[in-house]
Amino acid sequence: MIGIVGYGAYVPKYRITIEEIARVWQKDGKAISKGLNVKEKAVGSLDEDAATIAVEAARKAVSHAGIEAKNIGALYVGSESHPYAVKPTASIVADAIGASPDLTAADLEFACKAGTAGIQMCLGLVGSEMPKWIEYGMSIGADTAQGRPGDALEFTAASGGAAYIIGKKNEEIIAEIEDTYSFTTDTPDFWRRPHAEFPRHAGRFTGEPAYFKHSIGAAKGMMERTGTKPSDFDYAVFHQPNGKFPIRVAKMLGFEKEQIEQGLTTPHIGNTYSASMMLGLASVLDKAKAGERIFAVSYGSGAGSDAFVIKATKNIEKNRPKPVFELFKEKEYIDYATYAKFRKKLKSL
Amino acid sequence: MDGALPLIWRKFGERYDLDGNKCGTCGTAYFPARAVCPKCRRKGTLVAQKMPKKGKIVTFTELFAGPAGFEHETPYFIAIIELDNKARLLSQVVDSEKEKVKVGARVEKVFRKISDIDPEGPIAYGYKFKVVG
Ligand SMILES: [Zn+2]
Repeated sequence: MIGIVGYGAYVPKYRITIEEIARVWQKDGKAISKGLNVKEKAVGSLDEDAATIAVEAARKAVSHAGIEAKNIGALYVGSESHPYAVKPTASIVADAIGASPDLTAADLEFACKAGTAGIQMCLGLVGSEMPKWIEYGMSIGADTAQGRPGDALEFTAASGGAAYIIGKKNEEIIAEIEDTYSFTTDTPDFWRRPHAEFPRHAGRFTGEPAYFKHSIGAAKGMMERTGTKPSDFDYAVFHQPNGKFPIRVAKMLGFEKEQIEQGLTTPHIGNTYSASMMLGLASVLDKAKAGERIFAVSYGSGAGSDAFVIKATKNIEKNRPKPVFELFKEKEYIDYATYAKFRKKLKSL
Repeated sequence: MDGALPLIWRKFGERYDLDGNKCGTCGTAYFPARAVCPKCRRKGTLVAQKMPKKGKIVTFTELFAGPAGFEHETPYFIAIIELDNKARLLSQVVDSEKEKVKVGARVEKVFRKISDIDPEGPIAYGYKFKVVG
């Protein structure tokens, strides 16, 4: 058996409401908030970036798993906001949690799905005959997502992180990963060129041919390969660029609202990009009981989706971390001026 | 600036994970690590030890004018923190409402950017503390 032995979630403390952002741009905040199904978004402080967020999530995952960090043999950080263009975030995290130096580490980038690609890499390495020495692998999705001031993305682009530790000891696994499948094509729906401050996107093009096509492609492929159907699962989690898309894609695939509610995080904290589906999955694991099955699908622009079939084991009930939804409550509201300062939106900063 | 890098790099253990040491003879914990225990002198036996991640505020001040690299963070709190093993250190206190920052308040270590002055230079990371509970 191979699966998750621990997970950790981190959400910065500060929040800005959609209405506050809309007020500055003289738009109808109530209508936008309702249209996106997002109330507010989490904002990293001035001294937070994808590396600090990744470290906080990683530390929680290590503590939840109850393992020695030095036994982590592979560490990947997926983000579209790595602090350096060249110089890995992963080595900072490895050092900060005490996993250095006996490990392989690298940064990954695939818009919002780099962290789940990292989980797949860990599954391969931990389960592999060569190398044999990798006992645990860790993959983190962490972002301080940015939207150009006044752009539609600004209403949802948020900060957060989630870390997963993959292991192979039956007595340690809290949720077995039964199978994984991916669906990838070259689709230019969202991008950021080197040296560009903010990403650009193809407007409405980001919906049907991008998010929906790939999420559905991966979901259907996964169900075909495992011979499963929506009713076989207790929970389903999808990538959440806003609060509406995951609800719609779930419905299109035949999942019920009750199956996806526990994993919906974007309505409360915005789209945390690489962390979005991983935070939703963490929230589901907070609740899942032994034997319950989870269907999880990430999405990254550019474009691709990673699907997972996961089954909770009896170990999950032994030691539960502080629930993701409880973390959301530790918050302080800021105005647009403070937000602009925190996220360095003014060029002089 | 880049000339100072090796110096910063050697302190990663200290800055990232509160690596200090402890005198095996009298039991006193030191952060940063000391070469000699001032209490035991030559009888002291210092061993490497990670400091606890929690402690309390001993004294604090709110800064309204920050040094270079911290101008945009003002106002902010700096505090002398006594860790649970009695070792003391100076740290910035973040993510904590003004009324909660007081003498005796419980604090917990967080990992943050310490300075990021030069957009093309290295970023320094390390410990800060936040009030818990
Ligand atoms: Zn001594």
